[in-house]
Amino acid sequence: MRKNSTQLGKIAPSDITPYHKYLSRRALLTGGIGLAAAQTIGRFGGNAFGGAAIGQSAPAALTYTRNAAMSVMDTPNSYMDITTYNNYYEFGTDKSDPAENAQKFRTQPWNVTVGGEAEVTGTFTLEDILKPHPLEERIYRMRCVEAWSMIVPWVGFPLGDLIRRFKPTSKAKFVEFRTLYDPKQMPGERTGVLPWPYVEGLRMDEAMHPLTLMAVGLYGKAMPNQNGAPLRLIVPWKYGFKGIKAIVSINFTEKAPQTTWASSAPAEYGFFANVNPAVDHPRWSQATERHLGGSLFGQRKPTLPFNGYGAQVASLYGGMDLRKYF
Amino acid sequence: MPPSQGRDGGARTGGARLRAIRWALKPLVFIACLVPAFRLTAGAFGFAGISLGADPVMVMLHTCGKWTLNFLMITLCMTPLRDFTRSTLWLRFRRMFGLFAFFYVLLHFAVYLLLDQAGKLGALWQDVIKRPYITIGMSALLMLIPLAATSTAKAQRRLGLRWVRLHRLIYVIAGLGVCHYWWQVKKDIREPLLYAGGLTLLLGYRLWKQRRSLLPGINVARVAGTDAS
Repeated sequence: MRKNSTQLGKIAPSDITPYHKYLSRRALLTGGIGLAAAQTIGRFGGNAFGGAAIGQSAPAALTYTRNAAMSVMDTPNSYMDITTYNNYYEFGTDKSDPAENAQKFRTQPWNVTVGGEAEVTGTFTLEDILKPHPLEERIYRMRCVEAWSMIVPWVGFPLGDLIRRFKPTSKAKFVEFRTLYDPKQMPGERTGVLPWPYVEGLRMDEAMHPLTLMAVGLYGKAMPNQNGAPLRLIVPWKYGFKGIKAIVSINFTEKAPQTTWASSAPAEYGFFANVNPAVDHPRWSQATERHLGGSLFGQRKPTLPFNGYGAQVASLYGGMDLRKYF
Repeated sequence: MPPSQGRDGGARTGGARLRAIRWALKPLVFIACLVPAFRLTAGAFGFAGISLGADPVMVMLHTCGKWTLNFLMITLCMTPLRDFTRSTLWLRFRRMFGLFAFFYVLLHFAVYLLLDQAGKLGALWQDVIKRPYITIGMSALLMLIPLAATSTAKAQRRLGLRWVRLHRLIYVIAGLGVCHYWWQVKKDIREPLLYAGGLTLLLGYRLWKQRRSLLPGINVARVAGTDAS
């Protein structure tokens, strides 16, 4: 119904993979025969980002395996919905701004600086960062602090695997991430809407949790710029704003990082930002959410504690007052 | 002062001018005012290649809310425009614009209750009592009801001076509307700021005019008999 949009001409209708085709393709990829074929397309470290550098209309296909155990059973939202409805203030505050303004964003070359309380620090190329990590697909729930939600098939690898390579010291209690600061490329950074660059962070045990993902793609393709290319964080039991995009810096710290939303509106956004239907945003309820993508009626559904990942992550917060540490 | 004495009086007779306004200009403006609603309807049903994007409910909610504010502002522009252009033409559209503000706020409310809150009156009531910006928005909507109900020429005649006083509520309603918008924006307050600035100008002008008219000798001409705006 709404999917044959001409409103955002940047995405050709052919880029929208119908879910059943997507499933069958995925089955092929995981089936072995297709795997070899897909590998010839190129892995990271090769030219997998070529497509992303040229333009977002045809992101490069990725080689990955499906991690069903870490995926939810729900139907993912369409590629169109996921790539045209984004909160990414670096490219504008309207949901449609990033899809329009991020098209020319350069993700190559890309470096990530690792610092702080770790044995291995320095500046690494994106290829170096990604090389040892086999990619997997995980279908996660995405709950925005604005009380809407989607289902997204991310492609990435566990953040914990990456962190172990840097050998954080015993002083490392938190990990802090920063987005690229480049006002020339990111028009939002020329405004004072938020302090730039965007900063996010996790407690070390949250960062090492197997659900926490470094994502490099979605729907089996390289990450579109508007979704946080080339490297972004996904923490599915937290509100979406924790999922920092276009990461250029990873820093291990002893103290909790001053994260962007929590420092610019401390009464409304906390450091933890765990999805919690019992703790309302001061201006709106978090008890329910509107699940996007279905019919116009009946989108509203109850929000689950920890966005439905309570069984896996609630133990991280044992004994903590989640009203205080929201 | 007879209406034809203004700058728009020109060569045409009053009757021909009135007919042109009534049968040509007014219907055109009326249809133009409906364009946002048509666009939303087309988008909601996927007509004419129009799409409302991934979150059509939010687009409908925000578009109707913004057009309510726009029409409140447009309504409040009519009197200053009359003063500046010395033409009463503007006042002939004031009621229509005011009623369109009411039309869009009803749509805004319908989208909120039926689509956003899935028709749950309990959730609506919780919002009204717990969330100040919704309390404010709801009171503005309720205040618009008596204004819309007394918008006919008949009611205007019957109520006389009381009509003038009653319709001054539009100042309060517009103020509440801007607060309602400002309060729910997450961080980017540039647009609400724009509305607040516009409203300050529109209300400030009236205050200035009133102050001036209190001074003897430089009374601003009251072109229309009853003037609530």
